[in-house]
Amino acid sequence: MTLMKSLMSAAAAVALSAGAALAEPALIFDLGGKFDKSFNEAAFTGAQRWAEETGESFREIELQSEAQREQALRRFAEAGANPIVMAGFAFADALGQVAGDYPDTKFVIIDMVVDAPNVRSVVFNEHEGSYLVGMLAAKASKSGTVGFIGGMDIPLIRKFACGYAEGVKAVNPDATVIANMTGTTPAAWNDPVKGSELTKAQISQGADVVYAAAGGTGVGVLQTAADEGILSIGVDSNQNHLHPGKVLTSMMKRVDNAVFQAFSDGPDLQTGFSVMGLSNGGVGFAVDENNASLITDEMQAAADDAAAKIATGEISVHDYMSDDSCPALSF
Amino acid sequence: MMDFLTLIQVLDSTVRLATPLLLACLAGLFSERAGIFDIGLEGKMLMAAFFSAAVAATTGNVWLGLLAGIASSLVLAGLHGLASITFRGNQLISGVAINFLAAGMTVLIAQDWFQQGGRTPSLISGGRFEPITLPFANAVEGVPVLGPIYSELLSGHSILVYLAFLAVPATAWILFGTRFGLRLRAVGENPAAVDTAGVSVVGLRYAAVMICGLLCGIAGAYLATALQAGFVKDMTAGRGFIALAALIFAKWRPWHALGACLLFGLLQAVALRFQNIELGSIVIPVQFMDALPYILTVVILAGFVGKAIPPKAGGEPYVKER
Repeated sequence: MTLMKSLMSAAAAVALSAGAALAEPALIFDLGGKFDKSFNEAAFTGAQRWAEETGESFREIELQSEAQREQALRRFAEAGANPIVMAGFAFADALGQVAGDYPDTKFVIIDMVVDAPNVRSVVFNEHEGSYLVGMLAAKASKSGTVGFIGGMDIPLIRKFACGYAEGVKAVNPDATVIANMTGTTPAAWNDPVKGSELTKAQISQGADVVYAAAGGTGVGVLQTAADEGILSIGVDSNQNHLHPGKVLTSMMKRVDNAVFQAFSDGPDLQTGFSVMGLSNGGVGFAVDENNASLITDEMQAAADDAAAKIATGEISVHDYMSDDSCPALSF
Repeated sequence: MMDFLTLIQVLDSTVRLATPLLLACLAGLFSERAGIFDIGLEGKMLMAAFFSAAVAATTGNVWLGLLAGIASSLVLAGLHGLASITFRGNQLISGVAINFLAAGMTVLIAQDWFQQGGRTPSLISGGRFEPITLPFANAVEGVPVLGPIYSELLSGHSILVYLAFLAVPATAWILFGTRFGLRLRAVGENPAAVDTAGVSVVGLRYAAVMICGLLCGIAGAYLATALQAGFVKDMTAGRGFIALAALIFAKWRPWHALGACLLFGLLQAVALRFQNIELGSIVIPVQFMDALPYILTVVILAGFVGKAIPPKAGGEPYVKER
């Protein structure tokens, strides 16, 4: 019996040390899938950049259903992957259950806060990036009316809207901001037809720049804006290429940087609360060859200046989620 | 509160939003009048939306896209017919299965073909149905009242919109003016009588289900290639179910279906244009407007405003007496 016990513990020790020696990082994508041209794809890009720069490999899985969340986490943890990065707020419940069972594994969750000693919670200051694109929108607008189209009406999306409205008002205090949400159910993320109609309604109310923070619905917004000859603003990833010359800019959420950082830190990464804002390259706006002609030097300079001031704290952008209210916009 | 131009714009939006509902509603009308319940309208539209966009994107020809959309919808309609007519399965379950099948298959195939996360590439000119400007639309624009009505409201839609509105009198004529229509309605009320008269119940029901597939195919193609420029996963967003609600609201009659779809389209358009509506001191939240089609349908079903009586043999597989 004792022999058996020591044999088993020896085997366990070998397994553990083998796991520790491997310690590959792992990345779990959310249901949107690895190539969603947005959030998950950005995470993948970051992981790939890390793999190319270090020459090492990582593990990954694309989820097919809600039920796989916990299973995927446990399997990677059992296999000794460390750290394990998951892209998406929807992992919060599963991670809360799993984290305590694997105290030696480090977890990183993006877009959500999970309070556990071995978890790093990465959140983004979307309102800061939205503030900058709001400034650009106000400067590009000739009518003095700009639009915002959100997906599902949740606090996170109101955070986008609020930062955007503040940016618009900072440039032009008399500007009108029309903010609409597509719906109150998850179907609102994938209803481009409604996105188009909302865009047309906003155009008829005078809007000549619209900012879409609406997932798949945003495809319809950008399309209609391009068809009707007004400017649009993309979100999360760089969407400037979707309609070259017609997308003013994109509010970038650098999920790739968050993943890259986590992978680079490795198993010894610092846990706790991590905020990705303007000061550390977590958010920003995209300028490339597709929209270079739309962003004048003056606009670029003003936005860069504001970005620097936000980073140092000279300008503070209101975070809707801090008190569920927005001084610049009423919903 | 609302000036004339705003009114025109809201009505214009109503027409665009009502068109897919109308096509799907008429599709359901044919099927249910023949005694085959069909809650798979949503799935057929979704499948057609994907294949029309995929083929239009690959070939650059929107008409080929439309044909592909209709063909894919017909395949699903045939499946529904096979399950519920030939094998006498439960029609509701078959419909649910079609909805799930379409939701999964479209994204799977899209990912395999285009690697864009379940989307098709954006369609460029030629791959889309462009708006048609009716004759003299620009000339009469300046005429007060009638000018904007003609040039803004009636002109400037894609050809599928006009097709959808023409489908209403066509449906009314087929169902109530032809021998085929009489038999089709009879097969939904009393299939045994039709059988006794020596007419094939199975043949009629398959014909109805296929017409349903055709109309759903056009509805899906309209969403993906006329209203939008490409397919996005789950882009039908429940329109098949609103169309079913409209069908019940219209009590399975073609002209009433037009009215119901325009009403539901108007509700959506108003909700999108005004969001929260203030009437004096009361604020109507946008969520209420979104829910109104379903609320109205429940009111109708509960029998408060007339009674909605479905075709008598609806949902019953026909078994020949031996």
